[in-house]
Amino acid sequence: MNLFGDAFAWIFANWTSGSNVTGHVLEHLVVSAVCVLIAVAIALPIGVGIGHTGRGRSAAILISNGARALPTLGLLSILILLTGVGLLPIVVVLVILAIPPMLAGAYAGIESVDRQTIDAARALGMTEWQIITRVEIPLALPLLIGGLRATALQVIATLGIASAFAFGGLGIYLINGVNTADYTQLLAGAILITALALIVDGVLAIAQRFVVPHGVARGRTDPNGPQIRTRARRSHALQEGMQS
Amino acid sequence: MNWVWIGSNLVLIGGRILEHLALTAPPIVIGLLLSIPLGYAASRSKVARSILLSVSGILYTIPSIALLVLVPVVFGLTILNPLNLVGALTIYAVAIMVRSAADAFASVPKDVLASATAIGFSRWQRFFVVELPLAVPVLLAGVRVVSVSTVSIASVGAITGIEQLGSFFLDAFQRSFLTEAIVGIASILLIAAVYDVILTRVGHALTPWNRQQGARMASAGVYGVAGAAPAGGQL
Repeated sequence: MNLFGDAFAWIFANWTSGSNVTGHVLEHLVVSAVCVLIAVAIALPIGVGIGHTGRGRSAAILISNGARALPTLGLLSILILLTGVGLLPIVVVLVILAIPPMLAGAYAGIESVDRQTIDAARALGMTEWQIITRVEIPLALPLLIGGLRATALQVIATLGIASAFAFGGLGIYLINGVNTADYTQLLAGAILITALALIVDGVLAIAQRFVVPHGVARGRTDPNGPQIRTRARRSHALQEGMQS
Repeated sequence: MNWVWIGSNLVLIGGRILEHLALTAPPIVIGLLLSIPLGYAASRSKVARSILLSVSGILYTIPSIALLVLVPVVFGLTILNPLNLVGALTIYAVAIMVRSAADAFASVPKDVLASATAIGFSRWQRFFVVELPLAVPVLLAGVRVVSVSTVSIASVGAITGIEQLGSFFLDAFQRSFLTEAIVGIASILLIAAVYDVILTRVGHALTPWNRQQGARMASAGVYGVAGAAPAGGQL
């Protein structure tokens, strides 16, 4: 257990001594944020479209399940060998890996909206665009942010691995630690990456609580009540059938 | 693709495939076995549910490479011990499976439980003969997710020097040799597919009442022998 003490002492000493811990934390955060934003920009409209129309959901399920099988380390090595060392291939791989969880969160979120609510909105004369932006997205926000949490975790973790391919970030301490058999530095790197992941996830978890629309939060008595009819529930059998 | 390299390194490739199998099969099996009692507890009590789900949520949040370093420190192993990888993958497996095991036991209809009790089943009999078999379809869905991600995450172990298929990725990068990386990815996808077929067949054998009629009748006869143990017929 003394190892943990040494590791925290290492982090403290290197953070205060002007060695570049802050720089690596920021690098990890900024590159992660950029990749997550690009992935959201691509996956959110597609996912919302799938959730709204119900079309293409089997393709989306296939993509999000299939992506789990691809080893991140392998994708990184292939793409870097093809395009050369640098930030760009790393960003490309991270975006590729970040799209499936965001896509899944987006279509699952829109699908979870009560069909009767959407029918009511349509009966009121709302256009499809208004239904999407004023009804479906606000009601789906908790699940959308759930998808964002999964996406951010995926990116932060994968970026830690990217240090094996000449990227800085927080994984650099893990790689240096392994190469020089410096277990204090190795553990310090693991603690820093874990802390970053937990903090980012915690912040998004709090945001998830705050985005529930007021009307929903007030009116909610039994979220599992039988009166809620969603497309997600109806098509559950379809999804299970597809997988087997 | 350099086929000559593949031809002359079949022993190396085969060895790493075996190592990959040896490192990924135990976490999937142990993860399932641990998550059954934990998931059952979570489906029975709200307190247990919230504790188990928050702990597993936090464990799942830890990036794989960090968990791989934390496991040996916590359990007092050396960093190169392959058990680190088995331990880290088991932790992930349990973290994912507890939720689906809880859902699986919650999916068993209350009427069925009441009937089993009325017939005179003891708690243990009811669990093994009624609840566990009926939970199989949802449990199976969870294990399949765990199996696929375990096989792919295991490759990260190469970074701390635990040899398996992931080692091809680092070798490929260091030697600028694309073939090795492609061999690694193809082998990992192959193992994931094989595990998935095995799990689907086992699930099929364990749920004789779910079997479709017609085209599958012939194979159902074969599975029926293996699947006779759970008391689907008695229900």
